[in-house]
Amino acid sequence: MDKQKKVKIQARNLSFFYEGGHQALFDNNLDIPEKEITAVIGPSGCGKSTHLRIYNRIFELYRGQRVEGEVLLDGKNILTPETDVLELRRRVGMIFQKPTPFPMSVFDNVAYPLRLHFRLSKSEIADRVEAALTGACLWDEVKDKLKKSGLALSGGQQQRLCMARTIAAEPEVLLMDEPTSAIDPVATLKIEDLVLELRKRFTIVIVTHNMQQAARISDQTAFFYKGRIIEVGPTKQIFTSPKEKKTEEYITGRFG
Amino acid sequence: MEICHAAGMKRPSAWSDPVFRWLCLGCAALCGLLMVGFFVQLAIASGDAWRTFGLGFFSSAEWDPVAERFGALPAIVGTLLTTAIALVIALPLAFVSALFIVDAPPWLSRLLGQAVDLLAAIPSIIYGMWGLFVLTPIMQRIMASFGIETNGFGLLTSALILTLMILPYICAVMRDVLRMTPPMLREAAFGIGCTRWETARDILMRYGIRGLLGGVFIGLGRALGETMAVLFVAGNVMRVPHALTDGCTTIAATLANNFAEADGLQRSALFALGLILLVMAFLIQLLAQYYLRMTGAKRGER
Repeated sequence: MDKQKKVKIQARNLSFFYEGGHQALFDNNLDIPEKEITAVIGPSGCGKSTHLRIYNRIFELYRGQRVEGEVLLDGKNILTPETDVLELRRRVGMIFQKPTPFPMSVFDNVAYPLRLHFRLSKSEIADRVEAALTGACLWDEVKDKLKKSGLALSGGQQQRLCMARTIAAEPEVLLMDEPTSAIDPVATLKIEDLVLELRKRFTIVIVTHNMQQAARISDQTAFFYKGRIIEVGPTKQIFTSPKEKKTEEYITGRFG
Repeated sequence: MEICHAAGMKRPSAWSDPVFRWLCLGCAALCGLLMVGFFVQLAIASGDAWRTFGLGFFSSAEWDPVAERFGALPAIVGTLLTTAIALVIALPLAFVSALFIVDAPPWLSRLLGQAVDLLAAIPSIIYGMWGLFVLTPIMQRIMASFGIETNGFGLLTSALILTLMILPYICAVMRDVLRMTPPMLREAAFGIGCTRWETARDILMRYGIRGLLGGVFIGLGRALGETMAVLFVAGNVMRVPHALTDGCTTIAATLANNFAEADGLQRSALFALGLILLVMAFLIQLLAQYYLRMTGAKRGER
């Protein structure tokens, strides 16, 4: 890496424990460069989703889960009690494995976070909804059915609706937890294109099971195995000349 | 070993299917017949009252066994008002307790859940006695502190008793509905920065609206027909109540109170009240079905 990149998120000595003390992550360090795509790969149960879910503290919804270490967002630790979690979650948006449109109209799905976080006039909301839907490459498909239920869209459209909803809140980071695992291949390609487009505006961390996907879209790849980050590096290097034996075994499909 | 079919024999229990079929059909038909039977029976028995008073039966507030003049208005108004007030109080309470029970630590959740279920198992006569001996004096004192002289019986007391009685039903249904919401939907709501309350109000409530309404209608049905508990605290006055502290009556309470010594036209008028109650319950069911269909269509499920 020749040019100095700005680091958006730094995970420092991050460990994670589920209820009952079962440790899922072990003392991990990871730097997420700004306005790039970082792919997190690894076999099932290796802790990649768990790692991602620390960044917006969504794990706190569940009892007994505990984290140690630091996550610095723009240099400030977000794991302190003083952090405004609601504001954190606006800044660090999340896309889930399955589309999760809210039970309301297409328009309201995107307008909802706007009404939550900003004081806007009706016309401003309408403008921003259109901008967000356009940003999610969905506007042309839904502009005639804004009043229809978000649940009436196809799976791929629903997932892009969720992306529109998330970017409407003007986050800085987008966390994507296997966003295409429940989507058909054609819709998946559309979403990958969209992710590449969003890279211009947002820092993106994407957990994926699909190694081709990681190779196609990401700049940096982190390989997780049994709760530890085995190797981090530029995606090209990870997929062509991995330094660790485990990484090589995984990307050549010998396990996982 | 011989295979029955191969040997051209029927299996010994092959006769059971047709019998089972007829048994099921019979039971299902019985339900329908009973329903029709109720309507027919009530309509016939109330014939005299309808012939004598006509539609005026609905609008008349008189109940005078001596002059043989009867009207349903006080009972209808009392029924609707007690039910409506009870629902208005019970709904938010049930919703927030359901939310709490769903999110509470497991041991507390189980304890509270069982307590709510037990509340549903208390016979209505117990509620009535508690209302009469405990709640009524309390209401009397509270009202007195506001400078209102009352004996404690009446509309508000009845509604409060009903609230307690329907709360566990509504709460139990809401609890199950909230438990069935996909965790990912909750996470999505929190993920865009919702507070717990915003998630509950805007996402969970909308998502579970069908189930929540189901709970509402269960409560509504129970409140409409509740007899014993209301009978104890309503004051049983055949007058249209004008204030929350006024004595009142409900259809069910009127029936229970008067049938023993009623004959002739009064008996027929009581049957007419019964028919009205049945139709009311029936209409609410229809309305519920219709509403559920509409909300389903709106959410794009059809």
